[in-house]
Amino acid sequence: MNKIIKYVLLDIIKSKIVIAYTLFLLLLSIGLFNLGGSPDKGILSLLNLVLLTVPLISIVFATTHFYNSYEFMELLVAQPINRKKIFMSEYLGVAFSLSAAFLVGVGVPVIIFSTGLTGLYLVLTGVFITFIFVAMAFLASVSTRDKAKGIGIALLLWFYFALIYDGIVLFILYAFGDYPLEYATLVMTALNPIDLGRIIVLLNLDVSALMGYTGALYKSIFGSVWGVAAAFGLLLLWALIPVWSSRRIFSRRDL
Amino acid sequence: MILSFKDKVLSILSFLILFTSGQPALGDTLKVCKSCSYTSVKLAVQQAKAGDVVLVEGGSYQESGIEINKPLRLIGKGKPVIDGNNTGQIITVLADDVTIEGFTLQNIATSYTRDDAAIRVIERNNIRILNNTILNTYFGIYLQNSNNITVKGNVVKGENTGKTESALGNAIHVYYTDNVAITNNIVQGHRDGIYLEVVKNTKVHRNTSQYNQRYGLHFMFSDGNTYTYNIFRNNGAGVAVMYTDNVRMEHNTFEDNWGAASYGLLLKDIRNSVIYNNTFRRNTTGIHMESSSRLDIKSNNFERNGWAIKLMTTCIEDTFRLNNFTGNSFDVSTNGKSQLNHFEHNYWEKYSGYDLDKDQVGDVPYRPVSLFSMLVEKVPPSVMFMRSFMVDLLDNMEKVLPSIIPENLVDEKPLMKRIEHDNDRKLTQVLRQTAGTP
Repeated sequence: MNKIIKYVLLDIIKSKIVIAYTLFLLLLSIGLFNLGGSPDKGILSLLNLVLLTVPLISIVFATTHFYNSYEFMELLVAQPINRKKIFMSEYLGVAFSLSAAFLVGVGVPVIIFSTGLTGLYLVLTGVFITFIFVAMAFLASVSTRDKAKGIGIALLLWFYFALIYDGIVLFILYAFGDYPLEYATLVMTALNPIDLGRIIVLLNLDVSALMGYTGALYKSIFGSVWGVAAAFGLLLLWALIPVWSSRRIFSRRDL
Repeated sequence: MILSFKDKVLSILSFLILFTSGQPALGDTLKVCKSCSYTSVKLAVQQAKAGDVVLVEGGSYQESGIEINKPLRLIGKGKPVIDGNNTGQIITVLADDVTIEGFTLQNIATSYTRDDAAIRVIERNNIRILNNTILNTYFGIYLQNSNNITVKGNVVKGENTGKTESALGNAIHVYYTDNVAITNNIVQGHRDGIYLEVVKNTKVHRNTSQYNQRYGLHFMFSDGNTYTYNIFRNNGAGVAVMYTDNVRMEHNTFEDNWGAASYGLLLKDIRNSVIYNNTFRRNTTGIHMESSSRLDIKSNNFERNGWAIKLMTTCIEDTFRLNNFTGNSFDVSTNGKSQLNHFEHNYWEKYSGYDLDKDQVGDVPYRPVSLFSMLVEKVPPSVMFMRSFMVDLLDNMEKVLPSIIPENLVDEKPLMKRIEHDNDRKLTQVLRQTAGTP
């Protein structure tokens, strides 16, 4: 399995897209930290970047990579190797390379400009988001043989989680505004990894204490060690479920 | 001209009366110390004649219930400690023209029926309470039905950890008392730092009020008072002022008042007042305004608050000019569409307009209320979606075509640059000129 991961990684690095991605993140992060004035502001702007571009690039890159390495996978399947191993090596290869790019591109500037718990949460969230959206990309890819369709599904997933979901939830909150919605909101944010990541970082910036009564309530939930652990646990779940289900589909499917 | 005999007698008599009644400066000095003729402050005060000085030297005195019933000066030299040992009120002033200076007064237990204080003044005039340190008491300084009082340079510190609001007294409590000067005091750890009820013509100047359980400053029905250069920090619910006319609040700092129901400044039924040159920093809500009218809010800084201003629709004819709004989560929020207040020449950090004619005034009006802030006002849990892309998108759409946010709540002339309040006379002059010409 390690050998396959190595080949996948080499293949990805050869394509130079990951290097471009690293440089893009690095430039943006350094730029934002220098423009923002205070490190907190830099973190906030970076948060928007992490939550918009990282999922998009992860999901598009992973989908195209999956379809491009279809022949390689077919070749491997012909060998006496477990299909699950092939799939997992592909997944881990892509996820590791994108996370490494993220760690260099965002993690290093964060350590330089704003070392602290919030920075750590931001970087952790970014890594989790990468793993989650690569997993979703693989789920989209194994569900159809057609490359265009696969990329379409992947983009739709990104669109749903980054934009549509929040719109739907806001509409629900507005429609049921007369009811106590504190815990319902909590459950609804847990159903979207991007929202979950945003809240973990936001509630640990000092703006969090400024959000009045409800803000204080959520702060007391997410501010504690258990709350943060639970939130990251949920993110882990968000990565594991698509990986597990796509692996299942991949190992049973007629290639 | 010859004076009649009666007049002569009268003038001699009045002279005699004046002489014998004594001027304060000519009184005796009664020393109190461990080896002096007086070893108890209480005894010395009892023995003193009107106009005397009771000089207490350093040391610790276990006393309470000291009643001052004649004009005298009670002066501590070398910070003598009067320890009430939780046996009741320490000093009660029952005479005019009394000075209490330089003591450390400590330990008064909570007393729900008597409201024990370290120093209480009852129905008296011309009292001076200077440079005392008051520690661990129920009420600190309690002034009732009095007039012309100076409270200066005192430190009042209480212990409020683990106590409920009702088990705590106020550090400086003023009730039905006019012409009070409260200057340079530090008050902390009580229920309210400075509490004024039905108090007129009072100056509260350069005090620091912090870590109080409830309000840093609390006043009601107290017209015509001035509050300048005070610092209100980390109080449970900030500063609350209610039912008052003609207030001047200038150069105060309201900061770090964080919490579920915490405000930098809560204004309820305040009229005809001015709020100039204050700084509101890192509060949950900078100013919360309710039923307040004809206020002039000028040259204040709002920095990094959750809500800089919460302006309820019950407020009318308030003016906001030359304020800086920087780093706030929400600049202004309101609870309805009707708006009868005026915003002009403020600096909004979130403003993204342009200035083609370079007069430092933006050419596009700025609407400080965002759609999202209206939504949060209606449905508080939606605050969880702060900084989500959807929210930013909706806000920007609403800014282009306002339909839900109040149309009249708008700054027609937002400034392009942050105002430096100390040295921007030139800018204000320019603005005045441009405002004058159509």
